[in-house]
Amino acid sequence: MSDTHAQTVAYVREGMLEQQAPPTKEAGAIRWLRENLFPTWLNAIMTLVAIYVIWYLLSGLLPWIISPTWFSGSLSECREILTGAGQSTHQACWGVIRDRWDQLVFGFYPQELYWRPVLALVVLLAGLAPILFGRFPKWFLGFSMASPFIIFLLLWGGPIWFPVMVALGFVLGAVAFRSAVRFNQIVGVLAAILVPILFWLFLAEPIADALTSVLPIGLESISSKQFGGFLLSIVIGVAAIVLSLPLGIMLALGRASDLFIVTKLSVGFIEIIRGVPLIVWLFTASLLLNYFLPPGTNFDLTLRVIIMVTLFSAAYIAEVVRGGLAAVPKGQYEGADSLGLSYWQSMQLIVLPQALKISIPGIVNTFIGLFKDTTLVLFIGLLDPLGLTSTIRASTDWNGIYWELYVFIGLMFFIACFSMGRYSLHLEKKLQREHR
Amino acid sequence: MKKTVLFGTLAVAGLTAAAASAATLDDVKARGHLNCGVVTGLAGFGAPDANGVWVGFDVDVCRAVAAAIFGDKNAVEFVPTTGETRFTALSSGEIDLLARNTTWTMSRDTDLKFDFIGVNYYDGQGFLIPKSLGVTSAKDLDGATVCIQTGTTTELNLADFFRSNNISYQPVAVQTNAEGQQQYLAGACDVYTTDASGLAATRATFENPEEHVLLPEIISKEPLGPLVRHGDNEWGDIAMWTLNALVAAEELGVTSANIGEMSAAPTSNPEVNRLLGTEGDLGAMMGLSADWAKNAIMAGGNYGEIFERNIGENTPIGLARGLNAQWTDGGLLYSPPFR
Amino acid sequence: MSSMTDSPPRESFRLSQLIYDTRYRSMTIQVLTLLLVCVGIYWLVDNLLANLASLGLQPNFGFLDSRAGYDIASSFGTWIMNYSSASDHLTAAFVGILNTLLVAFLGVILATILGVLAGVMRLSKNWLVSRLMAVYVEGFRNVPLLLWILLIYAVFSEGTPRPNDFRPGPDGTAAASMIWDTFAITNRGFYMPAPVWGANSGLLAGVFVASLVAAIFYRRYAKKLLFDTGRLLPMVWPMFVIALVPVVLFYFLLGRPVSLDYPVLAGFNFQGGIQVDNPLMALWLALSLYTGAFITEIVRAGILSVSKGQAEAAAALGIRPNRAMSLVILPQAMRVIIPPLTSQYLNLTKNSSLAIAVGYADVRATLGGITLNQTGRALECMLLLGLFYLALSLIISFLMNVFNNSMKLQER
Repeated sequence: MSDTHAQTVAYVREGMLEQQAPPTKEAGAIRWLRENLFPTWLNAIMTLVAIYVIWYLLSGLLPWIISPTWFSGSLSECREILTGAGQSTHQACWGVIRDRWDQLVFGFYPQELYWRPVLALVVLLAGLAPILFGRFPKWFLGFSMASPFIIFLLLWGGPIWFPVMVALGFVLGAVAFRSAVRFNQIVGVLAAILVPILFWLFLAEPIADALTSVLPIGLESISSKQFGGFLLSIVIGVAAIVLSLPLGIMLALGRASDLFIVTKLSVGFIEIIRGVPLIVWLFTASLLLNYFLPPGTNFDLTLRVIIMVTLFSAAYIAEVVRGGLAAVPKGQYEGADSLGLSYWQSMQLIVLPQALKISIPGIVNTFIGLFKDTTLVLFIGLLDPLGLTSTIRASTDWNGIYWELYVFIGLMFFIACFSMGRYSLHLEKKLQREHR
Repeated sequence: MKKTVLFGTLAVAGLTAAAASAATLDDVKARGHLNCGVVTGLAGFGAPDANGVWVGFDVDVCRAVAAAIFGDKNAVEFVPTTGETRFTALSSGEIDLLARNTTWTMSRDTDLKFDFIGVNYYDGQGFLIPKSLGVTSAKDLDGATVCIQTGTTTELNLADFFRSNNISYQPVAVQTNAEGQQQYLAGACDVYTTDASGLAATRATFENPEEHVLLPEIISKEPLGPLVRHGDNEWGDIAMWTLNALVAAEELGVTSANIGEMSAAPTSNPEVNRLLGTEGDLGAMMGLSADWAKNAIMAGGNYGEIFERNIGENTPIGLARGLNAQWTDGGLLYSPPFR
Repeated sequence: MSSMTDSPPRESFRLSQLIYDTRYRSMTIQVLTLLLVCVGIYWLVDNLLANLASLGLQPNFGFLDSRAGYDIASSFGTWIMNYSSASDHLTAAFVGILNTLLVAFLGVILATILGVLAGVMRLSKNWLVSRLMAVYVEGFRNVPLLLWILLIYAVFSEGTPRPNDFRPGPDGTAAASMIWDTFAITNRGFYMPAPVWGANSGLLAGVFVASLVAAIFYRRYAKKLLFDTGRLLPMVWPMFVIALVPVVLFYFLLGRPVSLDYPVLAGFNFQGGIQVDNPLMALWLALSLYTGAFITEIVRAGILSVSKGQAEAAAALGIRPNRAMSLVILPQAMRVIIPPLTSQYLNLTKNSSLAIAVGYADVRATLGGITLNQTGRALECMLLLGLFYLALSLIISFLMNVFNNSMKLQER
């Protein structure tokens, strides 16, 4: 065969041609630069402007940031170190972060008990794991349910019996529901609501007191006045979002229901809460909330703030969940109806599990917003990280320090919020994949 | 929904502070500590140190009252309050005593329903200005930009002063002293006005204090004192006489150094004996132990010692006694007799 | 019920039907809910009255008529209301309301511009520019707004020259100088010339309005011509000529009726001209940058939601990329963008209450701050403040809903 070809074709190349390098304009870094940075004149100008902006920012900030002042104990010491090293005093004084680190993170929590908030954070993350990552053994869900009580005990301390009694109320509610639901659905729901409330109102306290006097186990009690710094931000943010979830879901169901009065009431509550800025609600919590409680009761300020922020975030959660409810296909509702499920059964078994799953990214985003907004509590005298800045500046050691604290606090918030934001984005993508 | 109920219950069960009922002393004793409202941070007057321990001139008044009741100067919890939240915190019962450089005015005493228990610092509103501006009198400040803390009486004094002198100004509102200092140093305002003690304290922490002067005009009277709710006179008496005990102790020469010796046995001065409980039982009249005043003085020393330690001339704040000297030294401090 | 069936003969109403019969059950639930809510509200109000009585206070709005006694930094609101410390608390509240409206209005405009620009640039093919925009978005979204306000305010007060720096020093040169002798940026505010309306300036304004109308008519005519005949008349420069040339002509013909009042350094500060205080500048910029970051993401999502075919079809028709963006893609993206944009506008308006951090005299600072503090009327002040914000939010939602409806796809 090859012979015949050898005669008909004058020349056949035996081997492959050496692969040639592409023209320099079309290869490697230059090509990338040409395509991504200088494709057109306008783009080239924009690139140059961008480079200038970056250079301007970095050249201004870096010399300020790089400053050998980590171990200084006061602002004047900082200035000495800097002049001693022959540098200008217009540089950061990072000693304040080292000196006040504990305060910025834990506030006034007793130093020897720092392990408690840390452990509480671990319990929180562990408790959240099944909800956030899915697929955990069933007993782990029990731990998740118990974790709020464990966290409460760890943070505030006190006798172990109060959180136990409160948890017991829920257990009693569940038992009452199980036993009463055999007779009738509605009686079951009523029993599940009434039994725990009656238990908490009349039995919980005497029993807890009695148990405390018999078996005084517990942790040293810490007043919430001693909370501060990032601990306070996290406590307010997490407590508000966790507590607002049930309320927000109820509101969302109310808004989506076809009962006229219930819908209007839910809409009214949501719009009133969302129409007024958080700072006004915080001032209300600080100045007015006590007036609306029975004469003689007096919550401490942190708790009042948690209550108010809970109501506030419930309105936002309600809107997120409403979106989730709307995203559940109509066939699911109809399917539930055709199986003869009651409203609560269909919600509990069919609709809410799907709606809540869709809502998780939105809930995480609401939490990010809420977490950032906890900084507003400084205006009512709570010492969150930003509130602590002016307190720290009031000490003679650090009077005159300004930017360092803001930069540090901003960085901490950025790290926390950015990673949570990435996580919610990841969830959203995962949900989209699952829906396909 | 259920969880809200849960926390409400928890709160009622475990966390509620005692109510603002009639007998504050009973509530405080039952609680085991005093709730004292302080400033969120003002150099010399009240701020937490690196270990979270509150120190300052006003803070020491709180500690003295706690010591008088419990014999323990640490039986007190400090509640930071802002200019806007301080009065509600007191009237709602969140705090038992407000020691937060608050000016004694008639409307606060009557309309807002408080009782001032005395004056722990006689102050007045002054002006701080850079020397380079060459201003020697506050009346030359026509058209100046003035930094002023909102939510204080100084705001009204300033408006009145400029109005009565028929000159104009542009206010720059600041929230805290730290913020005012920063704005003033940055030159965002020509003048910083607040209580003269605060101005002196602020100036002392500048990099170059000598470049700034206090103008001679003091445009208001600012008697700063601790206050309690109106209506519980027994509680007001305890706070009032604790403060008086600190003042009297300085007058009588009782200091934290010699108090152990003086209270061990009756001395030759009967008033000292009555004060320290070695003669008679003044404490029982208020429902306190006989050594209440001794405990209060031991908490932080007498008035003079508290002053010197926190804001006196040897501290960075560097305030002279001035009006706040004993009446025997030409000042205004004058404790009624312990009898 | 019906007479056709014989058993059961006639269903009488039984009490248990309220629970078991779905026809009545929803009624029962609603009435019960309403009852519970009423009891709850009654309980709150009852507590309130009891507490107020025990404190000897009575709700009363009479304080609004009494003399305020405090000064407010001269601003838009004080200018309109002609405020002085002798005015009453109600006037002070209105000063605050006007200032809130001003910063919200300015903020919405700037945030929209920033957001749309950054959103388009975020999708730019230019690697560096799109990364820079990503840094902007993440940086602003993940740090509390309050911190940004404080930082930007600090940059303004520390990073700009003092009025004193504009004075020539001993060596005859000043550390800072005005821009074109017209604008001054100081650490107290931004100063610019104010127009002084002389005689005949009304006539000039009339001419200006007339030429604007003429320009709009020209645009309509050109559009009609384009649609009818396909002839494309030049659009931009004739409109400018029509709008501006008569004004300039008349300005000189009438003997320069409008002059400018330049800011001049006198005494402690610049005097004359229009002054925009730094608190307003910082708050405005921070609110706009922060909300702009959120709008960027909304715009980006909106643009990405327009199917790729639209851009390709536009390209196939020979429309240049810039015009394709403004004529084809953005109008379609708007439908996705507007609903979340509304909530961002609402957020910005509500966040303007953070003026507290920079001492800008908004309604929270006057009514909910100084007035509340000086009169001790917490309940009344907070109630009025809440009602104001609620009304403002509802009005903004309403306006944006109207706009949204007008942008909806017109189905035929």
